[in-house]
Amino acid sequence: MMSMYSKKVIEHFLNPRNMGKLDDPDGVGTAGNPICGDTMTIYIKVKNNRIVDIKFQTFGCAAAIATSSMITELAKGKTIEEAEKITRDDVADALEGLPPIKMHCSNLAADALKAAIDDYKKRKKR
Amino acid sequence: MEKRIYLDHAATTPLDNEVLEAMLPYLSQKFGNPSSLHSFGREAHDAIEDSRKKVADLIGAKEKEIIFTSGGTESDNLAIRGVAYLNKDKIKEEGPHIITSSIEHPAVLETCRDLEKEGFKVKYLKVDRYGFIDLDELKETISKGTFLITIMFANNEIGTIQDIEKIGKIAKDFGIIFHTDAVQAVGKLDINVRRLNIDMLSISAHKIYGPKGVGALFVREGIRLKSIQTGGGHERGLRSGTENVPGIVGLGEACRLAKERMNEDTLHMTKLRDKLIKGVIENIEESYLNGHPEKRLPNNAHFRFTAVEGESLVLSLDQKGIAASTGSACSSKKLQASHVLLAIGLSPVEAHGSLRLTLGRENTEEEIDYVLDVLPDVVKRLREISPLWRKK
Repeated sequence: MMSMYSKKVIEHFLNPRNMGKLDDPDGVGTAGNPICGDTMTIYIKVKNNRIVDIKFQTFGCAAAIATSSMITELAKGKTIEEAEKITRDDVADALEGLPPIKMHCSNLAADALKAAIDDYKKRKKR
Repeated sequence: MEKRIYLDHAATTPLDNEVLEAMLPYLSQKFGNPSSLHSFGREAHDAIEDSRKKVADLIGAKEKEIIFTSGGTESDNLAIRGVAYLNKDKIKEEGPHIITSSIEHPAVLETCRDLEKEGFKVKYLKVDRYGFIDLDELKETISKGTFLITIMFANNEIGTIQDIEKIGKIAKDFGIIFHTDAVQAVGKLDINVRRLNIDMLSISAHKIYGPKGVGALFVREGIRLKSIQTGGGHERGLRSGTENVPGIVGLGEACRLAKERMNEDTLHMTKLRDKLIKGVIENIEESYLNGHPEKRLPNNAHFRFTAVEGESLVLSLDQKGIAASTGSACSSKKLQASHVLLAIGLSPVEAHGSLRLTLGRENTEEEIDYVLDVLPDVVKRLREISPLWRKK
């Protein structure tokens, strides 16, 4: 099964970056896939319109964990506008590709980040 | 990776050395076609007949009741289609025509689904939380048009052993043919087709330390089948095609060894299995055993861990040199959770958090100690990543 994943996916699965929760997040977003049961939560800390800290928690397969880890790396340090533009393909490309059946995992990561940013915007309006 | 521990014997087993030795001559100098009249043919023919006897001996059958096939899947197909196609006229009668269970191997389930497209009605019996069918429901389901009951001997995922003797008795009382996919049970459980009232039984060689690509179907004397492969009429006309002589020799030797070693192997594996189950359940919080605590295959341990996903578990264990398996969707081609785990009432998330460890005769107590040493940390790490853990 290892062979179906790129080295990068395995590396992120075994050593996920930015794993865990933020104590006082400015935005929280969750995305889930009801078919395979995967669930992903992303927490962001925003300062001067920039994501200064980001963490994730994921229940899912190796691809789901690796895509969560990767999207936190991609989003960290970016402005909100830049982070919003991160697509599932960006995540998959950064991981040197995903098996076709696992592409929905990168979707999940992009959706969770988007949800966290939306949450941040909502909170800001209040 | 120095340490490698194989705990996936339900998927396949290593080829036994004695089996390999028995096969080697038939891969080289004894290459004859069993149908040939000359000495080359005769020695191949004799080898096949010798194997037939060994297979028959393991399950209490007669030699002429053993048909060699390419494996468990073909045996299941031949049994089910073979009976169905001779009973096409029964389609007109009240169904179900075939009764099976909802936790069968795909070789049975997909064959039944395919036959539904041809007009046969199939009843897929539900199972309880351990994976047992309800014998009363089975009896009530039988109708005038029912001609076949096919229920697996022991489940390949959760290891649950059905009450085959009672199912066989019910089938016999109603005069219905009873087939059982015994691929996981053969060689591990004492099977006698006469005592258990089994009419047809599927066997696979590579699950019992034999080679891949060969199996057998027991067909009780007097039961007629329509062949699903036409040709030169080999295997009493039921399975045309020049016989896989080395494979069949391997299957025969694997069956002989299985019979010789069954008591010893079963005792050994049961001991390791129980140590493994006890160690996991006691040392990992919110870990549960799937299947029945006692009525399970001697080599099967199947767990679920709250808030942990199966593929992540298997890949993490692989990193530690432990080969395991999961019923998880994300490990297979489809994303759906295992039909077996859903049928015993698990939620999709629970089903995805499952881990199957299946032992073999070569596993040692030290290996189980190593697993018990490594697994708690692996589960702990994945729970640290999981949003479902402690969030409930």
